[in-house]
Amino acid sequence: MDWLFLFEVTLAGIGGGGLYALAGLAFVMIYKATRVVNLAIGEMLMLGAYAFFAFAAGMNWPVPVAIVAAIAVSAVLGGVVERVAIRPMLGESPISVFMVTVGLGSIMVGVVELIWSADQRRLPEFIPNEPIFLGEAFVSPKIFYSFLVAVLLVAVSLAVFRWWRGGVALRATATDQAAAYAMGINVPRVFSLAWILAAALAAVAGIAVGAIGGISSSMGIFGLSVLVVVIVGGLDSVLGALVAGLMIGVLEAWAGAYLGGEYKLLVTFLVLVAVLMVRPYGLFGTQEIERL
Amino acid sequence: MRIATAKESYQLDEALFDSATQRTWAVLLGVALVLYPFLASDYWLYLACLVSIHVASATGLNILTGYTGLVSLGQAAFMGLGAYTVAVLEHYFGTMFLFNLLAGGVVAMLGGIVVGIPSLRVKGLYLAIVTIAASFLAHFLFVNSGFTGGTGGMTVPPAQVFGLALDTSFRIYWLIVPVTVLMVLGAANLFRTRIGRAFIAIRDRDISAEVLGIPLLRYKLLSFGLSSFYAGVAGGLWAYFFRVVTPESFPLIMSIFFLAAIIVGGMGSILGGILGAIFMTMVPEVLRIMVGWLPIEGDTLQYVAPVRTIVFGLLIVGFLIFEPHGLAEVWRRVRRFFHLWPFRN
Repeated sequence: MDWLFLFEVTLAGIGGGGLYALAGLAFVMIYKATRVVNLAIGEMLMLGAYAFFAFAAGMNWPVPVAIVAAIAVSAVLGGVVERVAIRPMLGESPISVFMVTVGLGSIMVGVVELIWSADQRRLPEFIPNEPIFLGEAFVSPKIFYSFLVAVLLVAVSLAVFRWWRGGVALRATATDQAAAYAMGINVPRVFSLAWILAAALAAVAGIAVGAIGGISSSMGIFGLSVLVVVIVGGLDSVLGALVAGLMIGVLEAWAGAYLGGEYKLLVTFLVLVAVLMVRPYGLFGTQEIERL
Repeated sequence: MRIATAKESYQLDEALFDSATQRTWAVLLGVALVLYPFLASDYWLYLACLVSIHVASATGLNILTGYTGLVSLGQAAFMGLGAYTVAVLEHYFGTMFLFNLLAGGVVAMLGGIVVGIPSLRVKGLYLAIVTIAASFLAHFLFVNSGFTGGTGGMTVPPAQVFGLALDTSFRIYWLIVPVTVLMVLGAANLFRTRIGRAFIAIRDRDISAEVLGIPLLRYKLLSFGLSSFYAGVAGGLWAYFFRVVTPESFPLIMSIFFLAAIIVGGMGSILGGILGAIFMTMVPEVLRIMVGWLPIEGDTLQYVAPVRTIVFGLLIVGFLIFEPHGLAEVWRRVRRFFHLWPFRN
């Protein structure tokens, strides 16, 4: 057994898992505030990455400006989507809302294909290229810096949840909408806020994913892994998304390295089924008590 | 205005076609289905067969999702199971097509029951995700089973009826459409029985249903089994129709297509499943024709696929927001208009 190889693979997995955790955080944010299972999360990542592509490659803006612009565009889109498609579905069955997000995902894929065609594209290189060594193990710089960004953003989000007024309002709404409303929190605005923040996070994750593996209109498949992550972690648990994100990232890396690329999704989904059979509400999710 | 529909017994009230008007229309529809292949061109025959396969599969999904309330995103995978069963049986054993179709249905049914096992513990969206997992598992099996031809898939010889090969759209029409009609009638009748009513009770409130004495596990698995049986037979028809089966033939988007079809058509309504499947199959074709009319220079075909994807999404979102009960509700509204015609206009 080659321990160095295992270590390197694990590091790459943790790096990739950081992005899962980030996207999972975006997902959980939406779920906690609005109880919407957002299957379009992968497509939101994709839109963020394409917005960056348009600004950085199409208009030749400097990379930092392009990143900020992409995040802004994505955030606005998130707000618009919430207002136009999700708000009217308030109070409908969760399945219907879920299907609305499926439809939204399809629309986003179509729009991207219409503008940029379905071909795979490369984002301009903007991540430092010197190889990075942790001890003896080599880590791809792209994965390393993406992981750093993910950790940073997760920390910022957690701080926002903890201390910022908006974050507190978000948590209050997640706990009890009616009570939050009675305390003067503008719940509809919290809904918008959750989608805007989540879309912004998704854009960052999308840019990072695109920088590592290139962008294409089928990037949304990343969303499936994110879905597995949040379900394994528990839909309404931030901690769950982070832990499960790293876990799934490492598992995928191991499966990819030792079994072959086609086993990646298989392994993650088997883990998903196994976890659901034992803990149907995920590792850290709140167990819902059903009343008649 | 509708008259002379007084019902004198429960039997009459429960009948599948409960008025002379309905019976007339049903007969007319039957005649139209018989005459259709003699009048339609090859392209329209092809579409009719495709629509018919989709109707069969969507009806199956409607039993599970529309009537039992269990959301499944694995319908395409079960169709794949059916299609591969047919392909394998034809390839290695050369058995009769009816037997193959049934076997396809049964294999898919067993698959469905296995996938349904978590449904007692896992509900709602979690269950939908489990079925996604099942579809990836199925895809993996199709690629790596060894006897299924790997990524290249398998070719299927045409179905043989008394030495006659069903190798044209005109001939296969006579296999696909009757089978679909039978399956749809079967589903419609199912909801006049104890089993069907149990499904509906589970959909409305599963805990209450259990309190009423409906064994949840058995009926949920039964629903999964029936639904996948429909998918399996539809998949078998699909295999005989396209005559080549690959792992990529049954992607996740196809499962979403069927779910979209019953949403657009109307969940929990047999008519809805039919209308939805017809509508969702025809829209891309209509789009293709319409894009051809557009005054755009150059190659317009490259816009067709993205526009289809967008319209597909718009239809799902639009119907859910503006017409959540689907086309079946529109149909009912039109019918009500005629029933009440001189009095309300």
